[in-house]
Amino acid sequence: MLHRYDVIVVGAGGAGLMAALYASQGAKTAVISKLYPTRSHTGTAQGGIGAALGNLEEDHPEWHIFDTIKGSDYLADQDAVKVLCEEAVDTVYELEHMGLPFDRTPDGRIAQRPFGGHTNNVTKKPVRRACHAADRTGHMILQTVYQQCIKNHVTFFDEYQVMDLLVNDQGQTAGVVALHIDSGELHTFHAKSTVFATGGFGRIWKITSNAYALTGDGPAVAFRRGVPIQDMEFFQFHPTGIKGLGILITEGVRGEGGVLINGQGERFMPKYAPTVKDLASRDVVSRAIYLEIREGRGINGQDYVYLDVRPETVNRYSDEDGVKNLDGTPRHITAADIEKKLPDIADFCRTYLGVDPVKQPMPIQPTAHYAMGGIPTDVKAQVVIDSVNTPLPGFYAAGECACVSVHGANRLGTNSLVDILVFGRRAGQHAAAFAAATDWPALPSEPEARVRAELEGIRYSAGIESAADIRRDMRNLMMDNVGVYRTAELLTDAVARLRALKERFKRIAIMDKGQRWNTELLEAWELGCLLDLAEVTATVAGERQESRGAHFREDYPERDDTHWLKHSLAWIQPDGSIRLGYKPVTLGLYQPAKRTY
Amino acid sequence: MKVKIKIRRFNPEKDRKPYWAEYTVDAEPADRVLDVLVQIKGYQDGSLTFRRSCAHGICGSDALVINGRNRLACKVLVRDVGKDIVVEPLRGLPVIKDLTVDMEPFFRKYRSILPFLINDEPPPHIERLQTIEARARFDETTKCILCAACTTSCPSFWANDSYVGPAAIVQAHRFIFDDRDQGAQVRLALLAESDGVWRCRTIYNCVEACPREIDITRAIGEVKKAILTGDVD
Ligand SMILES: Cc1cc2nc3c(=O)[nH]c(=O)nc-3n(C[C@H](O)[C@H](O)[C@H](O)COP(=O)(O)OP(=O)(O)OC[C@H]3O[C@@H](n4cnc5c(N)ncnc54)[C@H](O)[C@@H]3O)c2cc1C
Ligand code: FES
Repeated sequence: MLHRYDVIVVGAGGAGLMAALYASQGAKTAVISKLYPTRSHTGTAQGGIGAALGNLEEDHPEWHIFDTIKGSDYLADQDAVKVLCEEAVDTVYELEHMGLPFDRTPDGRIAQRPFGGHTNNVTKKPVRRACHAADRTGHMILQTVYQQCIKNHVTFFDEYQVMDLLVNDQGQTAGVVALHIDSGELHTFHAKSTVFATGGFGRIWKITSNAYALTGDGPAVAFRRGVPIQDMEFFQFHPTGIKGLGILITEGVRGEGGVLINGQGERFMPKYAPTVKDLASRDVVSRAIYLEIREGRGINGQDYVYLDVRPETVNRYSDEDGVKNLDGTPRHITAADIEKKLPDIADFCRTYLGVDPVKQPMPIQPTAHYAMGGIPTDVKAQVVIDSVNTPLPGFYAAGECACVSVHGANRLGTNSLVDILVFGRRAGQHAAAFAAATDWPALPSEPEARVRAELEGIRYSAGIESAADIRRDMRNLMMDNVGVYRTAELLTDAVARLRALKERFKRIAIMDKGQRWNTELLEAWELGCLLDLAEVTATVAGERQESRGAHFREDYPERDDTHWLKHSLAWIQPDGSIRLGYKPVTLGLYQPAKRTY
Repeated sequence: MKVKIKIRRFNPEKDRKPYWAEYTVDAEPADRVLDVLVQIKGYQDGSLTFRRSCAHGICGSDALVINGRNRLACKVLVRDVGKDIVVEPLRGLPVIKDLTVDMEPFFRKYRSILPFLINDEPPPHIERLQTIEARARFDETTKCILCAACTTSCPSFWANDSYVGPAAIVQAHRFIFDDRDQGAQVRLALLAESDGVWRCRTIYNCVEACPREIDITRAIGEVKKAILTGDVD
């Protein structure tokens, strides 16, 4: 079936919904999402959205800009960071005007809490910048922006999975091909502008905070159509995932005073980050946890440590550090405060661990969390396809699937929610403007042929390999070889073994041959996306001979600005091999400096 | 440990009627029922079909009837339900395939109560102010994840599927009691109609079913009272 829209938005998380809301004001727009919009992973974001409102203490967008650049280990493009942090303020006000139920301060303003890496640039102490609605900020953002889409009659194709990007002979994007999950039929969406907002791909790793649906379809589809992927070696491991499960425990817990404790009962972060301690940047904290574990100081010598937010612990360390409330009294918390400020976290611990965080410490370990890399774009959210930022006309990307780059080598907490909204909005505006100014791009002949062949290949394969086995092997391999600590040896081995997995993938077999709701087929196709992205990740990580942000090479433990202050780009070649390239980082505000916390 | 799990299955392309299928799975007591379903799909029967995404009780994808009760498969552990598990699709919505049901009727009801802030006054250049107390007034109902566990546990809904249902009322409550919203009277009028709140017979199934522990019957009671008094304070 053929549909025609000026603008097609793929994905209905925060980025896609914001893009759709804005695009639909000036152009005939539809959103395609494989999940019902409210099921998107934006809904799981907990801690907050960063904006220098200064509601509780002095703060400035300039400080937010500096913290973001420093947090990125100087790999972020500074023009983009400036846009992010300056537009963050109005974005948060806009959310409030849309009805978002932020928590409030005693004088009725939006409440803010401290978060890792966000500082007062003068005192270097943590600053309250994360605007929050309890520990379900993402849930409230997703609901609120979706509500506005309903109010504004945005068109949705729910439970349609996009499987190809159409690029015509003139080199223009012409829309997408999607599978209607319920009927199993393919639909062609002919569009002047296409916006990808498909989220992250943490499912590459065994322990992850990411949903089953986060399989990197958008970046993989674009990659297969010749678009490069940028900075894939930078994937954030969040320090505090629930042991074994990877479910996230927000940094907000440490923002409220929680501390990390090793097997000897010692609070270890002051050793690694003397000034901000437990609120150091995520890459720093995750490495510290791994080091403690490696040196035998995990709990009972095992591969996890404790996150302790019991009031007696918090209050003791608060006193030691001299942490004060805004009125100058010592900061003390009670069990009731935890229940009120972190209700979902308390619930997760009780449900999945049988641990009551008010009475017991929580066993945690780093969890694969956030893709700093993705589809390269400029500050208009326009996809750019080479080292000199040549745009691919009509193609936009925003949110976690994109790489602007505002997060560089390491994202600060609360900056993704800003990113998805600021650049989602820009994507919507520019996609609509582009559509208004251009004629219909020619639709390639037989637009559905490629997807049909891919799906038939899987459905009727005569192979014997099991997708579940390959998926498990990939996730274990990535965890062991392409995790927090990396070496040339581990990465070379990973690339070789990923290629072997891709060979096996060509011979997978599935049981469900049906058309309707064939999720076995879809999951197998998604595994193909994950494998492509895993191979790129391991390959570019092997090339980068330095340590920067989330990419830590034990064989090259220092940052090397002389050789490596540049973004990586990876393209797929016609024979399936990967070609690498680089592009310069946009500086202009701050010169790279040593990064300590 | 070995877990026996019975699943209500139906493939619209093959089966004339739903039937029961039984599987035996190795599971840990701390595994989620969702993990068990994923294991069956991965290693025993790839055609088993169900929705899931976040796997920790936030996205609302996997509300199912598990051992007779509406729950999220990702939020109930094997140790909570024991070695004999029975899983069925939600009741009251048309089954599509196995455990997936057609959610569209549910979302239509959600959209019918005008689930968005109504306030046509030009906003200030900063945030609108709201007191901590005013914000707390509707905190509970902001937690709803639209999983449909409540609505599909409600005998009034089973008896009459034109009833707007508890989830939609919860969503309406979230706006009616938000002092920034000016649409309360329109929503109250909608909910006062014959398919609105008065179909609620305070049976409390919804409260039992809600994975977010929202006191739904209380929220519905507050809406009923607001309709009667015309007052939302
Ligand atoms: C547990 C957790 C907590 C977090 N907490 C915070 C926080 O406190 N602050 C912060 O700033 N960030 C946080 N983050 C990060 C942040 O939430 C995400 O990076 C962000 O929400 C991503 O939004 P998105 O719109 O890009 O993608 P998503 O919300 O993931 O949405 C992706 C969309 O794409 C659709 N899609 C995907 N593939 C296809 C396809 N092939 N066809 C059609 N549709 C498709 C999906 O259906 C979905 O609608 C957190 C992340 C996690 C996992
Ligand atoms: S999978 Fe998200 S609620 Fe269960």
